[in-house]
Formats: sequence, structure tokens, C-alpha cells
Amino acid sequence: MLSITTFVIVSIIKSVIAILLLLTAVAYTVWLERKVVGHIQNRWGPTRVGPFGLLQPLADGLKFILKEDLTPPHVYKPLYIAAPMIAVIFAITSISLIPIGNWVSIAGIHTPLEITDVNIGLLIILGITSMGVYGVALAGWSSNSKYSLLGGLRASAQMVSYEISLGLSLVGVLIMAGSFSLRTIVDAQGGTFWGFIPRWNVFHGQEVAFFVYLMSAFAETNRVPFDLPEAETELVAGYHTEYSAMKFAMFFMAEYANMITVACLATLLFLGGWHGPLFGPPLLQGILPVFWFVLKVFCFLFLYIWVRGTLPRFRYDQLMAFAWKFLFPLAVANLAITGLIVALRS
Amino acid sequence: MAQYFTGTDYLLSLPVVLLTLFALGILLIDLMLPKQLKWVNAVTAFAGVLFATAGVWRIQAVYAKGAGGYLGRFAFMQSMLVDRFAIYFFYLFLAGTALAILISVRYLEIENEHHGEFYALMLLSVVGMMCMAAGYDIVLIFIGLELMAISTYVLVGFLRRDRRSNEAALKYLLLGAFSSGIFAYGLSLFYGLTGSTNLRAIGNALQHQMMVRNGHADPVAVLALITTATGLLFKIAAVPFHQWAPDAYEGAPTSITGFMSVAVKAAAWAMLLRILVFGLYPLRSVYLPLIIFVSIATMTGANLAALTQNNLKRLLAYSSIAHVGYMLLGLVALASVDYTQPAFYDGFKGILLYLMVYTFMNLGAFAVITSLRNREVIGDEIDDIAGLYFRAPTEAIMMLIFLLSLAGIPPLAGFYGKYFIFLSLIESKHYVLASLAVLYAVFGLYYYMRIANSMLMREPLEKELLPLSWGMRAALGVTAVATVFIGIFPNWFIEAVNWSLGLTQATPIAGLMK
Amino acid sequence: MLHLALFTIFGAVAVAGAVNLLVQRHPINSALSLIAVMASLSVEYLLLGAEFVAAVQVIVYAGAIMVLFVFVIMLLNAGEEELTRGSRVAILVGIPGVLIGAVLIAWTLVQHSGTGEVAIGALPGRPETIGWLLFHDFLLPFEVTSILVLIAIMGAVVLAGRPVPTSQQPRKEA
Repeated sequence: MLSITTFVIVSIIKSVIAILLLLTAVAYTVWLERKVVGHIQNRWGPTRVGPFGLLQPLADGLKFILKEDLTPPHVYKPLYIAAPMIAVIFAITSISLIPIGNWVSIAGIHTPLEITDVNIGLLIILGITSMGVYGVALAGWSSNSKYSLLGGLRASAQMVSYEISLGLSLVGVLIMAGSFSLRTIVDAQGGTFWGFIPRWNVFHGQEVAFFVYLMSAFAETNRVPFDLPEAETELVAGYHTEYSAMKFAMFFMAEYANMITVACLATLLFLGGWHGPLFGPPLLQGILPVFWFVLKVFCFLFLYIWVRGTLPRFRYDQLMAFAWKFLFPLAVANLAITGLIVALRS
Repeated sequence: MAQYFTGTDYLLSLPVVLLTLFALGILLIDLMLPKQLKWVNAVTAFAGVLFATAGVWRIQAVYAKGAGGYLGRFAFMQSMLVDRFAIYFFYLFLAGTALAILISVRYLEIENEHHGEFYALMLLSVVGMMCMAAGYDIVLIFIGLELMAISTYVLVGFLRRDRRSNEAALKYLLLGAFSSGIFAYGLSLFYGLTGSTNLRAIGNALQHQMMVRNGHADPVAVLALITTATGLLFKIAAVPFHQWAPDAYEGAPTSITGFMSVAVKAAAWAMLLRILVFGLYPLRSVYLPLIIFVSIATMTGANLAALTQNNLKRLLAYSSIAHVGYMLLGLVALASVDYTQPAFYDGFKGILLYLMVYTFMNLGAFAVITSLRNREVIGDEIDDIAGLYFRAPTEAIMMLIFLLSLAGIPPLAGFYGKYFIFLSLIESKHYVLASLAVLYAVFGLYYYMRIANSMLMREPLEKELLPLSWGMRAALGVTAVATVFIGIFPNWFIEAVNWSLGLTQATPIAGLMK
Repeated sequence: MLHLALFTIFGAVAVAGAVNLLVQRHPINSALSLIAVMASLSVEYLLLGAEFVAAVQVIVYAGAIMVLFVFVIMLLNAGEEELTRGSRVAILVGIPGVLIGAVLIAWTLVQHSGTGEVAIGALPGRPETIGWLLFHDFLLPFEVTSILVLIAIMGAVVLAGRPVPTSQQPRKEA
């Protein structure tokens, strides 16, 4: 056990590192998206600022900070200002419970590679992300503009609907691991079948759950093909129509941070977390798990971008019907079958 | 080591399961039925009630034999206690529901709201009632209560074209939700106080605390008791928690008003008796003054208000509140003596018998009012019943029987309910209360006779004969025969009540002669 | 010590949120205050060792039910509440009434409850325990709850989901 003082200091250090890492990741996910979508559309994407446009995020950030911060006259000010903060705070908080690797010992301090290890971690993440919808909903309402309101309404209806199938798709995994702790869930996915197929949940009876999770995750983060809340052809820019400068950037950050959280969760729950082949000297063996984790998250994010560059947008009624008439029954069926199999096996 | 569920558990939940299955079946079948065939839903619902009755009969045959004591079986980790008390109420609920289904069919067709959900909601509310009567765990009781209450809210608002129906549903919902909240608060305090949700454990813990405190109740227990009792008194619509009743009764579809006034009320009483008498018996010295006050207020308020009503449903609503006042007197008697005294059993018996008698006579009266509804006339004003004798003589005579019985005139069923309650009051030496109750019973005669007067003496406003559907005829026949039959041969029914209380001594109807 | 401080702080936040809920005129502010109350209650549960209840409190109340509240307020675009004579009277009577009630209840609970101290985490609050209770000790209430939810959905469909039928003949007005 650590003493209270070391505990607090270690926690603060880890928090700072986590936030910095997350913000950098957010910035470079944006860069990645512009680059990849650019190549998909047969153009270059950002190239001017730095090599391969690598400094583009910095320039963007600078621009957002220096831009004039407009507040339209008819908005409901307290909530108009609070909404982007709510969105970004909840988006960043949820990362604190994501473990990116095993326990490490540095200078005699033994600590997990996450800000804190709670045994109901998954539930808390779900709780925090479910709060994130307020940012979008309130932004839409407080802007006092019809496009914003419609966007906000769409977003809240969509997020509430898809949250159900998202949650249900996770229950199968929980039943297999018998715990809410993300660490235990990852540990349960160690090893291989017949020596070469990893025992990740996605290869271990949870294929359907992974599919449901994937669909719901896209909808939860308001990404193509479910980006109805900000459908520019119908709603200008949806709930953030009236926002500019840093406030707009906050929504932007929140969206990408949510994408990263969702990608991390997918990795932890379905793709075996930090499990992967270990080799080489001890130092390399210590770093490799984190590398595997990051690689999997990267692949998931790449999928996001790839889909964005490929698929058209749904119609709103199709979106809702898809959630309630297809994904939800599918998730329930998966839950029932998983439960039955686990019960029969024990 | 963990206990697992056995066949006993499932058998004891058989009526509940059957009703649920039939309700879900109705929902599915309803989708396939064309508009003219909606009566099939009523048949299905009726079959569901019959099957559930058979289920109760089976339970009774298997488990409730033997003499003496509150024999019963626990099911599902003591959350359900199916004893004779519960079985008695099961039969009451099912009888009330069956009659209400019979009188609903034609009424719904006239109102053009004939949907399967109506019957499904009715059956599911009976599921809730059964959980209330058989619940031995406050969690189950509360969930049963909510199940019943929410179905009833929807049923009250079922006539969506009718402003009164909507308003009634909204009022009932708001006040009902509020009272449920208070009730739940009281129950949570009891849980906090005793560390258990089981009624027996709560009772034992309270008993223990009373002993430790030399017979004084813990103030927290008093707080919990007051909030719990408020919720309970609201559900049985006792003054001063009665304001929802007249509005809800007036606005609801008439057959549902009948259903609410018997089955829902019986369920509320079952819950009240379960909690106050089975669970919180150690606190009886605390709630006795409260109940005395409420019963006097209820009799006074309801009887005075009923005198001036011109709407039949409203009038019967106040009359049903007044009847609650009389039944509360039975609770007064049984709470003021030890459970070894005869007054305890006579009070208890009075309440149970009253509820049975009331089921038939009140539902009969509502059936007559329901039949007044036709295409042009809503038929719930006192003018609408004018000259009923000339339009439907048999029905008018039946209505007269129901009214006399409600007033408590001796050869009819209503008399025996009141008789045992007054007897128990005298046995427990509440002479003032007894005489007050008799006085109010005379008041009651006045307003019941007002309806009779309008029905028999006045000229009818419309001349044509009243058409009666088969379901209505069956319901009227059953209720009228039951009302007369219980009045003439009370012994069988008193024995049934004795059985439900586990009493074995001879029926003290002989006490009349003493 | 840390626990006690946190517990007090979040208790105060909950009470402040509840008061703010009543004081605010605009329904959306009231709804947001209620969310604050729910969230701080959940922290209180967490501090008492009831992790599962805490998480569920956030997911269900703050994350789902209140979202619908806000949603409805947004759809109706409900404006500021206006003070009527009735509400003024309610304020005059209500505030002292609430104060007296709160003091009475608090006094009773503090003075007379025979409760002792329990270490944090000593009481069952883990998901496994809750699962066992729900699916074993309280199986029947749990299953009946599913019917309750069904009824709620049915009620909504019956009352709001279908077009209101028009009667063939106008009804006599009551």
C-alpha cells in the first residue's frame, strides 16, 4: 500500500500525463482524419505546416484561441457557455478509468497504468459518457436557433436510443468475464486457441456483440453514417451552429475524445486489451503491451475514418428504426444466448 | 448454502403467472382482430380469470387444508405468503374483475374505444392486487401496488375523447404518485429502522424495540408509521385523503369505476390489513387514535358530501368513501383489543365480510348505471335514471335491492357487513363510535332513497326500453342473486370468512339473539 | 477523515441543488439542478461503499431519465414560470412548513435512531451481492417489476400512441 501523500502525488502525475496524452491524441486524430479522408478522396490533405502537415493541429489550435469569440444576441447565456464545457469535461473524465497496460513499478512505486482502478470501472465509464449528452442537448437548446435545437434534439434522442444497445452489447462480455473491472475483463482474454488465434472476446463468441457495439459506438459519437445531429445538408452544423472559436473547438475536442474512449473500450472489451505477442529484452517486454494497446486503438480509429470517407448518411427515421428494431433485439438475443451458454458450461 | 426454488414456489405463483400470460395473449391476439370481433378479447380475459380461479382453487386444495391458525405457505424467499387471507382476497379480486369484464363489453363498443389493452390492463392490475394481498415483503407489496395503480390510471383515462376522463386520469396519477412517494418513504424508514423488508422481521424488531423502551414507540417508528398510514389511507380513499376519488370515479369509464370501487379498493384494504395488522401490530396503540379520527372524519365528510350530489357516479363515489369509514371502524375495534379477544376477530371478520358483500352490491349498482349509457346519453346524472322502472322494470327492482343493501337494510347482504363491525365496536367498548356510525347509516339511507325515488316515482325523460346485452344481464343476475342470497343465508359466507381467518369456532351469528 | 469531508461537501451540494431546483423559475435550470442532486447523491452512495447503486444512479437517473426531462422541456420550449396568487400563498405557507417538517424529521432521526457505526464497505454493495439479491431473494418482485415496466409502455401507447377516435354522434356535454 502507498501512503496517502505518495498516492496523491502519483495520482496527480498520472492525471496530468493522461490529459496531455489524450489531448495530443485528439489533435493527431484530427490530423489523421484529414489526411486519410484526403487520400480517400484522391487529394493530399494538410501538407503545408511542417513535414506531412504534422504541425497542422498546432496551427489549428492557435487559430481557435486567437479567433474572435462571438456570442449571438439571443442565446440563453449561462447554458450557452456551460454546454461546451460540460461536453468536454465528461469526454475527458471518462478516460481516467481506462487502463492502457499492466501494473508497473517505477522507483519502488507499484501502480497500474491508469489513473485509478475501480472494480466497477465499466459502469462508471458508461455513467460518465451518458452524461455527455447534456452538453449537446443544452447547446442545441440554449443557442435559441432552429438548426441548433433540431440538432440537439436529434442528438439526445439518438444517444439515448443507442446507449441501450451499446450497454446491452457489453453485458455478454461482462458475463464471460464475471466482473465489471476492465482489468479483469482484459485478463480473461489472455492466451490463444490452438496456439495462434488469440482468445479475444471478438473471436470468442462475442462477434455479434462486437458488431452491435461498433454500430452503437458510431451513433453514440455522432459519426458518419449516423451524424444526423450535425448533418450539414439539412441543419447547417447542427447543435454547434451558433458556436465559434474556442467554444466550437471544445465540441470538436469532445467528439474526438469520445471517439478515443470508445476505441479504447472496444480494445479492452473485445480486442484483448494489451495482450499480444511478447518478445525481446525485459524493457521491450514492458513496453510492448502498451504498444499493442495503442496499435489496436489506432486500428479502430482508422476504421472510423475509413467509414467516414466511404459511407453516405442515414435518414433519421432509418436511424431510429435501426436502433430499436434491429440492434436492440439483436443485443438481447446475444445476451440471452451468451447467458445460456455460460450457465450450461458452469 | 443457497436455497433454490421448488415446485411449491411456482405453484403458489400460478394465478399470477396465468393472468400475466393471458394478458400478454390478449395483447397479441388484439393485433389480429378486426373491429367487429373485439369481443373476443373480453372472452379471452374472462377465460383468463377462470383459469386463475382454477389456479387459486388448486392452491387451496393442495396447501390450505388443515384447521386453525393463519395457515399458509411462503414462496420466493418469503416475499410471498399465500395464506387463507390471501386466498380469500384472490377470490374477491377475481370475482370483481369477472363482473367488471362482463359489464364492459357493450359499454366500450358504445364509447368506440374497444381495444384489447383494456382487458390486458385489467388482468395485469389483478396481478398487482394479488401481489399486494399475498405480499409479505414490503418490496413486493409496493411493486404490486404500483402495478395496480398504474394500470388503473391508464384505465381511468381510457376514454380519450372525453375531457372528464383525461382530467380524472391526470388528477389520479398526480395524487396517486404523490401518495405512493409518501408511502415508500414510510416503508424505507421501517427498513432503516429494522434492517429488513420482511413484514414478520419488521414486526418482531418493532416488538423488541417497544419492549426495550418500556412500551413507548421509537419516534422514528412513529414518523414511519404516520407516513406509511397516510399512503395506505390515501389508497383506500379515506377522508382527508379522499379528494381524488370523486373526480376519478366520475371521469373513469363507468365499468372501470365499478372495478375501482370493488377490486382496487379490496386490494388496498388487503394491503392495509397486511401492513397494519400483520406487520405493524406492535404499534397498534400508536395508530389507533389516528384511525379513530380518520374513520369519524370519513363517515362525516363522505355522508354530508353525498347528500347534495346530482351525478350518480359522484354520489356512489362518496357513498363508497362512507363505506370505507365504516370498515375503518372494524379496524378500530381490532386494534383496540388484544388478538385473543373476540372483538379482534369480529372486527376483522366485519371488514372481510363487508368487502365481499360490497363487491357484489356496489358492482351491481354500477352495472345498472353502465347500462344507462347509450349512443346519445352519458347516463350518469340522477335525471338519467328517472323513471327507470317504466323503461326496465327488472333492472329497476335490482337497483332498488342494491341501494337498500348499500344502505344496510336487514334482510340484504349489506346488513351483515355493518352488523359485525358494530358488534365488534360494542365488544371493544366503543359505544360512542357505534352510535355515531348508526346515525350516519341513517344519513346514507336518505341519499340512496333519493336515487330510488327518482327511479321509481318520476316520469322517464326517454320512453324507449333500455337494451341490455347478455354480459350485462349475467352480471346483474349474479350480483343481485348474491346480494339477496348473502342476506338470507349469511352463515355460509360467514363461515367462508371464518375459514379465511383460520377460525374454527361456531359462527357467532347466534350472538344476535343474546 | 477524507471520506467525512467529501461526504459533507456532496451532501451540501445535494441540498443546495434541491433548493436551487425550487428557487429557479426556468424549468431547464430546475432540471439541471435536479441532475446535480442526482449526481451528488451518487457520490454519496459511492462514499458509503454502494458502488453499484452509485453507478446505476448516474446511468439511470442522470443519464437517462433526466435526459428525457430536458428533452421534453426543450420540445415544449416551456417558458419562465409565472407567480400567481396561489403560488405566493404556497410560498408563504410552504417555506415555514417545509422548514418545520425538515427540522422535525431531522431531529427525530438524529436524536432517536438507535443506529451504530459501520465501516465503509462493510455492508453489501458489490455488484455480485446485488445480483444475488435481485435474482434470488427478491426474484418475484424483480419479475413483477418487468410487468410494471410493460404496463407503463402500454399506458403510453394507449393514451398517446393512437389517433383519438371521433365519435359518430356528438356527446351530450356534461
